[in-house]
Parts: sequence; C-alpha cells; structure tokens
Amino acid sequence: MKRKLADLAHARSGDKGDTANIGLIALKPQYYSLLVKQVTAARVARHFTGMITGKVERFELPNLHALNFLLHGALDGGGTISLKTDAQGKVFSTALLRMEIEVRK
Amino acid sequence: MTSRPATVRVAGGQGFWGDWLEAPYRQVTGGPIDYLMMDYLAEVTMSILQKQKSRDPARGYATDFITQMERILPIIAERGIKVTANAGGVNARGCAMALAEAARQLGLGGKLTIGVVTGDDLLGRLDGLMARGHPLKNLDTGRPLQDVRDRVLSANAYLGAGPVALALQRGAEIVITGRVTDTGLTLGPLMHTFGWAPEAWDRIAAGTVAGHIIECGAQCSGGNCLKNWKRIPDLANVGYPIVEARADGTFDLIKHPGTGGRIDVASVTEQLVYEMGDPREYITPDGVADFTTIQLAQAGRDRVRVSGVKGKPATDKLKVSIAYFYGYKAVGTLVYAWPDALEKAKAADRILRQRLKDLGLEFEAIHTEFLGASATHGPLALKDVDVAAIPEVQLRVGVRARAEKPVDRFTREIAPLILNGPPSVTGFAGGRPKPEEIVAYWPALIDKHMVQSSVELIAA
Repeated sequence: MKRKLADLAHARSGDKGDTANIGLIALKPQYYSLLVKQVTAARVARHFTGMITGKVERFELPNLHALNFLLHGALDGGGTISLKTDAQGKVFSTALLRMEIEVRK
Repeated sequence: MTSRPATVRVAGGQGFWGDWLEAPYRQVTGGPIDYLMMDYLAEVTMSILQKQKSRDPARGYATDFITQMERILPIIAERGIKVTANAGGVNARGCAMALAEAARQLGLGGKLTIGVVTGDDLLGRLDGLMARGHPLKNLDTGRPLQDVRDRVLSANAYLGAGPVALALQRGAEIVITGRVTDTGLTLGPLMHTFGWAPEAWDRIAAGTVAGHIIECGAQCSGGNCLKNWKRIPDLANVGYPIVEARADGTFDLIKHPGTGGRIDVASVTEQLVYEMGDPREYITPDGVADFTTIQLAQAGRDRVRVSGVKGKPATDKLKVSIAYFYGYKAVGTLVYAWPDALEKAKAADRILRQRLKDLGLEFEAIHTEFLGASATHGPLALKDVDVAAIPEVQLRVGVRARAEKPVDRFTREIAPLILNGPPSVTGFAGGRPKPEEIVAYWPALIDKHMVQSSVELIAA
C-alpha cells in the first residue's frame, strides 16, 4: 500500500545560497531502511519537477535515521536576491512529506 | 592553578539578531549557567552594520546587545556568568566601549573585563589581497571578486573559537567579537574550561556540534519542531537550550526547569539537519565535524545526551563573507476572494505582466506566487484540491532589476488593478510597495595565514 512520507518521517529544511537542504528523519528507526530504498535523489528530483533548476544530492545519516537532501537551484538565487516567499527554503521540507512511497501492509 | 570543573553549562540566549528579547534574561535567572552565548550575525547583517559605521564611526555593532546586557549585567556580575557574543559586528571595540559605559552607569565600573576579538574585517585589505594573488572567487559561481569589486560593502573572514578561548584565558568576562562563527562562541568556552588543545579534533568537533545545536536558540528545544508539534508544551514559556558539557567531549542538551518546549531526540535531530550540507564534513575554522558519528540518547526528561562525535583536522582556509550591492527589488500583493479566487489572481497576474511588457520595462526576474494555493508547495499543492472552492488567494508578484527605475514603475502598477482588473479584490491597505535595495552575498575562501585575529582587553 502507498503511504505519505508525512506518516513515516519528519523533516526540517534550510538554505545555503541558492540551495535548499531537507533533512528527512524517520519517525521510527525501523522506517529508515524504507526511506533509504525509496526516497532516492532521482525520485526527489522528479517530485520537485518545476520547482528546482539544479540537481539533487543525497547523504545518509544512519546514526540519526535521517537522510539529507541538497536541492540545487531551488531558491530563485537565494538569500536577499530571491523573490520567493520561502527564500530561505524553510518549508521545502513539508513539500517533500507529500511524496508517497510503497509500504508492505 | 585551580582545578577544572567536571561540567560547564553554556546557555543559548539569542539565535539571531531579532530573536526573543526575554531569552537572555530567562537564561541567566532560570537556573545555574556558566556562560551565556549570543549569536547576532547573519550573512547580510555585516553590510548593514558597515553602512551604519560609514555614517557614524561609533556605530556598526548590534545595539540591541547593549540594551539586553543592561538588563542582565547586575545579575551576571553577581553570579559570575560569562558572556560570548558576536554582537561586535564591524566595530567590536565600539561595542565594548558602549558596554563599558553601560556598566559604569549601573555602578559596575571596575568590576568587568571585556575581551574584544578583531581581525575578521577585510574590507580595507581587499585590494591588497587581490593584488597579492587572492582572487576571492565566488564559491558558487567561480567568478573572481574583481567582477563586483566596486560594489563591495563589507568583507569579513569567519574567525573560530581560538580567539574567544584566548580572551577568556586572559580574564575576559564578556567576550565581544566581530565575525566569529556561531559555533565558535560555544566551543571557545569549552576549550577554555577544559583546556582542550586546538588539535584535539574529536573534542573540537564535539564542541562544534554543541554550538550548532544551540546556535538557533529554541529551534532545538521545541520551537519550529514538526514531530508531534501539537503536543509540545507551553511554547509561550519556551525554554532556550543549555549545553551541559564534560571534559571528554560528551554533553547533554537541557533547559531550565519550569520552562516550556521540549528537548528530545526528535527536536535535537531536527536542528542537527538544519542547513546541513555534506554531513561527513561540517567545516569550521576550528576543525571538521563528522555528523554521521553523532549519537543521541534520551537521558531524562528534557535531557538529550550527545556522544561519539568524531572530528578531522581543520582546513588551511577560512571562509570569507562578502556583501555587495546588487540592484533593486519590490513585491506587490493583492487578495482575491471566492468564487474563482485562484483564477482571478492568475488573470490579474497575466494583465500585470502584459502591462509591464507594454511599458517596455526590463527586469532580471518577475516572480509570481499564489498564497493560499501554491506559494510554498508549487504544483504539488494543487494535486488533490478543488481549486474552485479555495476561499481566497493572495497574488504576490515580485520583480528584480539592476536599475531602480523599472522597479519603481512596477510598484505603481499594482493598485490600478483594484479598479481596472479582475473582480473581488482587496487587501491593498499597506499602500504602494517600496523598491528595496538588494545587498547580495559573495561567499569565498582565503588562506588562513592571511588573517590574524587579535584579542584586546577593556576594563569597564
């Protein structure tokens, strides 16, 4: 069955220049391997189609049951240049939580 | 020589310039602490302060720091609490003089030693550095600083914990710095307290992680925390974080008893991943911390233990934060009501863009958002939504240009839409938007040996 990431993880995001980061944290340790398998950099790039201009990088933090994503070209130049409401990428994290992944019943 | 304490408490009192005014007072009165750490400097803050200093040589620091210190000076003097703050901006010495004067007014003359850390300000040295083969290339674009040299407003190297620890060692009770890293303000007191060597890379990394966790104030103690956010108690009375550190580099995150908020593995983890890059390489002037080695454990109510942090040697570079004048921007908004709120807002956007085009105005960017519909989550937001039922939408259009003229003209094109555009529109009470100067950020690196920090003591 499909589950929204919001049911399996929590998240926080921030910025570095024109790059938004999303830290995706498993709500329970046993969910972490699901995230590693299914929430790939390629899948996240597809999820944000039209919202970012650059590539997506992924880093693993098994110690924190977390993944860190860097979304390049996400902030219309970033910092003070950006015209976006979310110029610092603060809520990109919750947009990722809309993604659905496959979970065994 | 006095023996070293088993633990030391460093309290986070300010996560940015503009953070909760009550926090420092609550941190020094709510329970025992040894240090109060206050972070004031965002990337663009330095250019604002540089501008203030160019108008008045006595300014150029975070003036709110003086107001906040006036309130707590008698308490910290009595309890022996020390303070580290990067409130000095581009005039740490001026900040220290103002604080000394405030201390004298409070009858604390002769009772305070203020340490001043300088050496970060490179603005006056830029041409010399560039002439000697330091191009200060933009870390994102690779372009040399020469491209924008004539528009540079401020340039500061990020100093680390070293000079903070040195000032404490020389007897400073309050350490005021310019552009010292947020993490250095916490690591400095730990190095000083426990006598950590600058090459004790694991300890340096641990102190850096401690600093990173508390540098955003309550953002690690329940503020902005998504997990079970409805059940986080009493945020009105939120407790700001305190690092309770031990000499072996392990530390606990705690907050004062009776305060609100929550310190648990979830709240601390959210802060650890905030603004994270490559977690294996969190680079500071002091060393490189590996965030994949951090172990967190709940060690009691509102107490999280952090251990296992590994570090690597510091690099031979320092980051330089340069601010330069970029151009102008303005943002205009209007609110459209049901029925067809989103459709009306979209129509207004099309009309506005047509008029800007017909006027021959040239912009580097025109950016449209529909708040209440898709501003923050883009196309993802509207997937399962009955768009016609959206009760209201705020149209928000921003423009950016190198010249002021087109931006100024844009600000006069919003209000007319109320009478000559799509119907059911309101929300223009704020008046015409103002063109705003854009000060942009230019990150660069410089060889460490080109930057010498210095520490000076001032008696109040």
